[in-house]
Amino acid sequence: MTTHRFQHKHVISLRDFSPEDIDLVLQVAESFKEISTRSIKKVPTLRGKTIINLFFEPSTRTKLSFEIAAKRMSADTFNISASTSSAKKGESLVDTARNLEAMNPDIIIIRHSSSGVPYLLANNIKSSIINAGDGTHEHPSQALLDMMTVKENKGTLAGLKVAIIGDITHSRVAHSNIIGFSKMGADVHVAGPSTLIPPGIEKIGATPHLSINNAVKDADVVMALRIQKERQEDPLFPSLREYATFFGVSRKTLQFAKPDALVMHPGPINRGIEMTADIADGSQSVILEQVTNGVAIRMALLYLIMGGEGGA
Amino acid sequence: MSQESLLLKNARVIDPFSKTDAIGSVLVNKGEVSFFSQDQELPTASQEIELSGKWLVPGLIDMHVHLREPGEEYKETIVSGAKAAVAGGFTAIACMPNTTPPTDNQQAVTLILQKAAQADAKIYPVGTISKGIQGSEIAEFGEMQEAGAVAFSDDGRPVSNSQLMRRAMEYGLNYGATLISHSEELSLCHKGAMNEGNWSTRLGLRGIPRAAEEIAVYRDLALANYTGCPLHLAHISTKESVSLIRRAKKKGWPVTSETAPHYFSLTEEAIGQYDTYAKMNPPLRTQEDVDAIKEGLKDGTIDVIATDHAPHSDLEKTLEFDMAANGIIGLETAVSLTLNLVREEIISAAKMVELLSMNPAKILGVDGGKLFEGGAADITVIDPERTYTYTRENVVSKSKNSPFLDWDFTGKSVLTIVAGRVVFNDL
Ligand SMILES: [Zn+2]
Repeated sequence: MTTHRFQHKHVISLRDFSPEDIDLVLQVAESFKEISTRSIKKVPTLRGKTIINLFFEPSTRTKLSFEIAAKRMSADTFNISASTSSAKKGESLVDTARNLEAMNPDIIIIRHSSSGVPYLLANNIKSSIINAGDGTHEHPSQALLDMMTVKENKGTLAGLKVAIIGDITHSRVAHSNIIGFSKMGADVHVAGPSTLIPPGIEKIGATPHLSINNAVKDADVVMALRIQKERQEDPLFPSLREYATFFGVSRKTLQFAKPDALVMHPGPINRGIEMTADIADGSQSVILEQVTNGVAIRMALLYLIMGGEGGA
Repeated sequence: MSQESLLLKNARVIDPFSKTDAIGSVLVNKGEVSFFSQDQELPTASQEIELSGKWLVPGLIDMHVHLREPGEEYKETIVSGAKAAVAGGFTAIACMPNTTPPTDNQQAVTLILQKAAQADAKIYPVGTISKGIQGSEIAEFGEMQEAGAVAFSDDGRPVSNSQLMRRAMEYGLNYGATLISHSEELSLCHKGAMNEGNWSTRLGLRGIPRAAEEIAVYRDLALANYTGCPLHLAHISTKESVSLIRRAKKKGWPVTSETAPHYFSLTEEAIGQYDTYAKMNPPLRTQEDVDAIKEGLKDGTIDVIATDHAPHSDLEKTLEFDMAANGIIGLETAVSLTLNLVREEIISAAKMVELLSMNPAKILGVDGGKLFEGGAADITVIDPERTYTYTRENVVSKSKNSPFLDWDFTGKSVLTIVAGRVVFNDL
């Protein structure tokens, strides 16, 4: 076990994490994963700590995953589903956060539709902030659980080829994964309709392709992203049918990848669009492992942020 | 006007209009300004100020300022904006009409000029191009001009309808009006929050491509050429806009242009971790654009440095980045930032005075922009060596939204004289 110490007060962007930090989170998560297999799935580690889930966007999966993680660590959790329209009623986000601060929370887990909101909170209140997805910026816990899942299956992250297919522009999952996997020495490739590949993606750490087959060629990991059917006033692609035909991951696509390539998706899947059903539910799919690992990763983050040591 | 005479001694007197750049003294007496070289005998005056080592230049004119009166006086008023102006070395400012309600009629112009009587700086109202800045009907140029409007602009938004822009230009010919264009193709900028490129990708923010400005710049240039109406392009921020304007000028089209200090001092990287004080429209661009803007200033493609002073309170700025208001204050930092260009030897001191005084006076058709014979006794004194830190506590404007807070500067305006009266003294 490593002796590396986790120095972060907040988890906002994987850009702030060193490869050693990421390794540590994955190791601690592995040790917490065992708790989930016990009959009494609870440890007293965070007893007396207060954690607020502040979600400005509807989310069942991520919110539930953080809530389960906090409860398994015996923390007191509060869920606040806020609406961005409260800003229009005169209360700004910073006002809302300062009101919550009166409850002395140790950690605020925030999801918001605007990129950068976790920084706004971190700059204005004293609690630790965990980014549970901000706009089209980042979703670090999702990328960490994706890396954990790949590492469990492949033994390593370094030297792997990871192909991410779909809406790269609007995907905070893709952004965090590109940063995380490339930090760990993997080679990240992306493809999708060119309208959904943002400018300068190479500078973030991914090689863009026009053809999804080229992106997927010899890949160890093929990850498809959820496609948003409509984006206001922005004509991005003509139809879901054409999207599925040219950018959906199918048996045919997978022929270009390594035979043992992992199939991943951050969920929820539009079966038959981003990915054919046989692939999503097939033997190469690790989509359910991703969900299980999500809880372990979030336990690890809560633990490390509260000052936990490497050998949990 | 002060009846007393004022002798400003031993300054470096820079007046591009009379091609003066010499050490000497300047006498301000009953609104008349006269020059005395070093070997001339100096007259006596009721007040004398020693200015050796300082630059004495015609009063600076900022032709692009947003005062928030009427409507948003908590951000800035005519009086508070004028205080910030004279602190920054500006003796006159042109105020954009996008107030609430907008300056789109004669009475609105008159109201501004009434309030301006209490202000330290001269105020030149700009009227709207379209009624209510709605972009559908031409506003009353003639009546507004009679009331004192010096130019017309829908600034804050573009005139999206090309036919309206063309008709406004044609109609403006009757009044010798100058139209100031905020050139932006809005359909490319939907909810955009910063320049589009690898930084917008990194921050996950909606981008505003440079093409959104360039397409609109070309449209406005083409219409100016077609109609013959004098066009002034506001806040130019991209490399290709500079080359489009350069080409238009070469062809003799009736165009002038301006940039703001932030477009030659900062790149999009200034946004850092979502700093809303670095959010404005057009957005900060890239180093390549900064270099092209400097080149444009140097070769005369860009005629004017104007601040686009846009005060906002923390109610509009301490927000999610994509929801925060566009705009920064600029009146108090323009001189210091422009002096950086002089020190980098991109422009000369005389060129700096052209950009900040002579050219804006010429474009707006107002007095000033020169020291002698009709110079209106508006004078700015600059100490090019004075060092200071621009802190939040130092800000004179009612609003504090500057990306230059806590910057160390060398050089600032130290004395501002409007109509013969000292309105700011930091000697
Ligand atoms: Zn504008």
